[in-house]
Amino acid sequence: MKRSDGRKPEEVRPMEITAGVLENANGSAMVKMGRTIAIAGVFGPREMFPRRLQEFAKASLQCRYMMAPFSTDERARPGPSRRSKELTMVIRNALEPAVFLEEFPKAAIDVFIDIIQADAGTRTAAINAASVALADAGIPMRDLVSSVAVGKIDGKYVVDLAGPEEELSDCDMPVACMPREGSITLLQMDGDLSKDDVKHMVKIAKEACVKIAELQKEALRKRWFK
Amino acid sequence: MMIQNNFITKLASSNKRIDGRLFDQVRKIVVDDKIIEKAEGAALVKLGNTQVIAGVKLEVGEPFPDKPNDGVLMTSAEFSPISSPDFEQGPPRENSIELARIVDRGIRECGAIDTKKLCIEDGKKVWMVCIDINILDNFGNLIDASAMASAVALNQCVFPKYEDGKVIATEKTKKKLPVLYTAVACTFAKIGNHMLLDPNLEEEEASSCRLTLSTRDDGNLCAIQKGGTGHLSSADVEHALDVAVERGKEIRKLLK
Repeated sequence: MKRSDGRKPEEVRPMEITAGVLENANGSAMVKMGRTIAIAGVFGPREMFPRRLQEFAKASLQCRYMMAPFSTDERARPGPSRRSKELTMVIRNALEPAVFLEEFPKAAIDVFIDIIQADAGTRTAAINAASVALADAGIPMRDLVSSVAVGKIDGKYVVDLAGPEEELSDCDMPVACMPREGSITLLQMDGDLSKDDVKHMVKIAKEACVKIAELQKEALRKRWFK
Repeated sequence: MMIQNNFITKLASSNKRIDGRLFDQVRKIVVDDKIIEKAEGAALVKLGNTQVIAGVKLEVGEPFPDKPNDGVLMTSAEFSPISSPDFEQGPPRENSIELARIVDRGIRECGAIDTKKLCIEDGKKVWMVCIDINILDNFGNLIDASAMASAVALNQCVFPKYEDGKVIATEKTKKKLPVLYTAVACTFAKIGNHMLLDPNLEEEEASSCRLTLSTRDDGNLCAIQKGGTGHLSSADVEHALDVAVERGKEIRKLLK
């Protein structure tokens, strides 16, 4: 089976990861997954404001996911939407298990992610970028977090849906995991799938995440060990 | 709180729960579908001590440009401050937005409502189904309770009278909303290495993360959401899938 852009079913879109793309941020990364482009910047650990929200025993991981108004075919209204608020939350939940927050009590670690072009899979690109940016900032982590979405088109499982494929797919299932242990930190799905479909798709998503993690590591090596 | 959490985790490791239930046992479900007369459909669901009301109102509005002949579904949730000493007033927070979006996704993706039948005038006027969820008493697992209340409310929803391009909200017809399927959400809390179905408030507090699986009448999955800051293994997910499909069937019977 060939996909609309000629990829094999288990093949992710051409991916480009660059660490250290911003000067002001303590850590940053740009991830391109096909035509989707995410830029993540990490600030901190730094003092948490307002102080009353400081957590006594660990740092607070604060996220913000944002889609630029020019990132889509039709202009996206600026400012937080219900969608972006939920995505901000699931992205934070996907990253948090990987970060040793207990190393920095009372501090804040801010992760800002801007989607500058959206063509399906923005949350997965956002997580891939954010995890490289956290590592780039030198924040101690258990593992990288890698993410990919899986779909099902004409009865075949396909990895990393591109924009034109979203309409064709029975479902959209974004998964994020820490590839070393294979523990799942993000799992969402909407669509129509059997129980066994879900089990199988989690497996192939994890396999794809292992490959993505290699690209993430390569980007970090390129930045820090020339 | 810490001591309580440790206690619950310890209990789970010897296959016990704080309220004596089995890991795959839901609390007692009580449904009252006669509580609100003014809504087109409404239900109060008690899931153990958790109480949630969902109400459906039907309005006439413009369809989305990309789906000119389809009715519109909107779901929102309000964490009323009466429901818990921990809830504060104010605009919707992340939690209530997530709750509404999980319930919405379950209903939407399982094709619960035949939206094609909600078109009044192609591209101009369609029925808009507004589900509003009001949390009354939070004792854990608001997602499943809200999904149940929404499902019952939709199942009994009738159209209001519509004449000369206007909705006459005071008069209801006998025509039922075209509902094809019922989405049932099953939420699990991960405590230690166990997945506990329908967590109560104490169990939610002690859990590392949460997994919600919504199923359709045919046993297929229509929505999944992992919540919370922990992580899951593939075995956790697979076990939860098996339980959710089985328990989903039983819960669905109660909602019809």
